[in-house]
Amino acid sequence: MEGPLSVVLNFGHATDMFLALVVGMGFGFVLERAGFGRADNLAAIFYGRDFRVLRVMFTAIVTGMIGLYFLDLLGILPIYSIGVLDTYLVPQLVGGLLLGAGFIIGGYCPGTSIVASVSGKIDGLLFMVGILAGSFLFTLNYDALKSFAGSYYMGRVLMAEFFGMPSGVVVFLVALMAIGAFFAVGKVEALVNGAKRQ
Amino acid sequence: MKDPKPFWNPYVAGIALGLVLLASFVLTGRGLGASGAFKHVQAAILHDINPTWAEENPNIASYFVPGRSAMNSWIVFVAVGVALGGGLGALTGRRIKVETIYGPRFSREDRWVLAFAGGLLSGFAAQIARGCTSGQAVTGGAQLALGSWVFMFSVFAGAYGLAWFLRKEWI
Repeated sequence: MEGPLSVVLNFGHATDMFLALVVGMGFGFVLERAGFGRADNLAAIFYGRDFRVLRVMFTAIVTGMIGLYFLDLLGILPIYSIGVLDTYLVPQLVGGLLLGAGFIIGGYCPGTSIVASVSGKIDGLLFMVGILAGSFLFTLNYDALKSFAGSYYMGRVLMAEFFGMPSGVVVFLVALMAIGAFFAVGKVEALVNGAKRQ
Repeated sequence: MKDPKPFWNPYVAGIALGLVLLASFVLTGRGLGASGAFKHVQAAILHDINPTWAEENPNIASYFVPGRSAMNSWIVFVAVGVALGGGLGALTGRRIKVETIYGPRFSREDRWVLAFAGGLLSGFAAQIARGCTSGQAVTGGAQLALGSWVFMFSVFAGAYGLAWFLRKEWI
């Protein structure tokens, strides 16, 4: 394939939107079954008690990463045929810090707040209203924010290019890092929960 | 009422999530996301209030195509899907319960205030970063995009950095 199915089979807008809905349903279902619809599960990682969030996230990233690598290698889905996210280095750093702050204060991130809301969590619903307000705030002040928001633009930068390594090596190192992290957090959990019991 | 079903093993859930991500790429050439849906909704609302202003605002101008609502976008459909799929999961998992989640040392009303405040920060932050955990960290992370990995580590740093100060809310 020279690209995704939507391109190869020339899907129309309606089909494209239907597929987006189906993907979303898979996403939402897995998030819920992973336990991500509850703020206490999501916050637990930041107190060393339950690293479920890290395990799910890193496993998902590594699975996706390995999948994309082989799909590209085998010519089934070339990496340049999909939408690779641009790098805006400092905005992503600052935005990340603020989102992390929002995460520990609010107990959710955008996707998980949707799952929380549909399972009846009032805090999830309030978080969603907050996101809307925060998004408004940005757009309404865009004149003042736009030069910062567009700064440090580096285009599409893949880590392999940036570090001058073959992409296979980066894939391997990231997978290794994830496995290392899984062992490490297991130890932290044992420590923290052991101390808690005393 | 029967007990809720247990959550999935996190590694199994992670693999499932990774497979959903891959399916999305193969089918549509796009990954996952969530914050963008909120951006589209607020853009549509602003357009209803003042179409000229909205169409001239460079942050959202590209969302307005003649004859098509700003909400008629893939990311909004993904978000609706997340609601449906999440709802299905909660329903079949016997986890639908109207409640507020907060730690033993906190109050429900204080939690409501902080939930809104956290959302406010996140909505603002996601616009700056051009994404959130699902779009940037998971999707961009799997693509090994540099900025996305910087974003992901920053999210953890930001949350861990404030965790001590917010401990009463959770533990």
